[in-house]
Amino acid sequence: MDVAIVDYKAGNVYSVIHALQRLGIDPVLTDDAERIRRADKVLFPGQGEARQAMTYLQQHGLDQLIRDLRQPILGICIGQQLMCRHSEEGDTPCLGIFDVDVHRFRPQHHEEKVPHMGWNSLSVAKDALGDARRGLRSEEEQEGLFRGFEEGEFVYFVHSFYVPVCEWTIATTDYIQPFSAALHRDNFFATQFHPEKSGSVGERILRNFLEL
Amino acid sequence: MLAKRIIPCLDVKDGQTVKGTNFVDLRQAGDPVELGRAYSQQGADELVFLDITASHEGRKTFADMVERVAATLSIPFTVGGGINELRDVDRMLSAGADKVSINSAALRRPQLIDEISSHYGSQVCVLAIDARQEEDGQWQCYINGGRIPVGRSLFDWAHEAQERGAGEILFTSMNHDGVKTGFANEALRRLADTLTIPVIASGGAGRMEHFRDAFTLGHADAALAASVFHFGEIGIPELKQYLRTEHISVRL
Repeated sequence: MDVAIVDYKAGNVYSVIHALQRLGIDPVLTDDAERIRRADKVLFPGQGEARQAMTYLQQHGLDQLIRDLRQPILGICIGQQLMCRHSEEGDTPCLGIFDVDVHRFRPQHHEEKVPHMGWNSLSVAKDALGDARRGLRSEEEQEGLFRGFEEGEFVYFVHSFYVPVCEWTIATTDYIQPFSAALHRDNFFATQFHPEKSGSVGERILRNFLEL
Repeated sequence: MLAKRIIPCLDVKDGQTVKGTNFVDLRQAGDPVELGRAYSQQGADELVFLDITASHEGRKTFADMVERVAATLSIPFTVGGGINELRDVDRMLSAGADKVSINSAALRRPQLIDEISSHYGSQVCVLAIDARQEEDGQWQCYINGGRIPVGRSLFDWAHEAQERGAGEILFTSMNHDGVKTGFANEALRRLADTLTIPVIASGGAGRMEHFRDAFTLGHADAALAASVFHFGEIGIPELKQYLRTEHISVRL
């Protein structure tokens, strides 16, 4: 399988490469539009600052390219945030794939530290706004990323900004308030957590993505 | 709910772990990669690899080990020891480490914290502090493996580090380290309650209750230990089961 990782100089992508290699995939790390366009699957990971990341994407014509992709693409961490409409980080207009804005965590109690760092449990959205969308998607699509997932399993997060629960939410996590741990629309998938650092649970999520 | 983290720490010299180990089923008991994998399978939430080698060759061996760890493990890991400048950080991150821990170098040149956090993000920078509670009750920071006092208060330094962009504080109490009578819960609590970044408790773990106390009394976000895990005195699965029965959120 041909898997491309979008190279936009946003932090450490080695762990994503290693995670794919453990699944028997040798991904290509590239900012070449043509190369990305012809991949079977695209990963859009990263850590870093939203404005800087968006600037790089725009300068390299990758912003429109990502919007136009038709194969499954998975945004991870800041990748998820950049796929939204706007980020409070640096007051940055983003890709607008998910029609929702990214906000900064505001702690309500002292024990709520920012960044939200560590292992937190996932709830795969079958309630709240998920209900409205269920009719729109086949069961298989719904399961997609979280096939074989048991409610409450833990995944690894490191972030200070979050995507609120919205109509595209397919998993939530509770920290300060419930937020979108994962999003899905058409061929676009995104996780706020790091599947590549989430042990066997994360491995399964990556494998599910590769098998979409 | 965000889980409290359990973090085994491995001391590495010339590419081999130095403390004894109870993992009899490992092919190569001294191999940090094998040991790291075993801990990961047992449910460790993160790992810390500390390079205690002095030689240049040893440093190279350590970087090779970090690469192998990164290729093998699917949980986050921190590396420390011998990180004095941005170039060292870059080498460790390029080898695949998620975070670096800095200690003496940051006390000698606090700007290092700003440099790491602005280049790579705060989440990469774990500030380790070795501190001792002196007879007057004050907590003082030490450098060079706890040999040299630097005349700085633990609390002042931790707050300065946070302002400069440290992502976590790893606090080792020299009074408690190796004594196995529990963590420095009072000092931990003061740190945890006044800082806005996570605090990792280190030094003093002997029994499972000590971990509970670090979380409930010390308000720590994570607890680190070495010998109780290496010698098999406490198993991570049992520890996590125990913590859950004590109503502490852990990843099982």
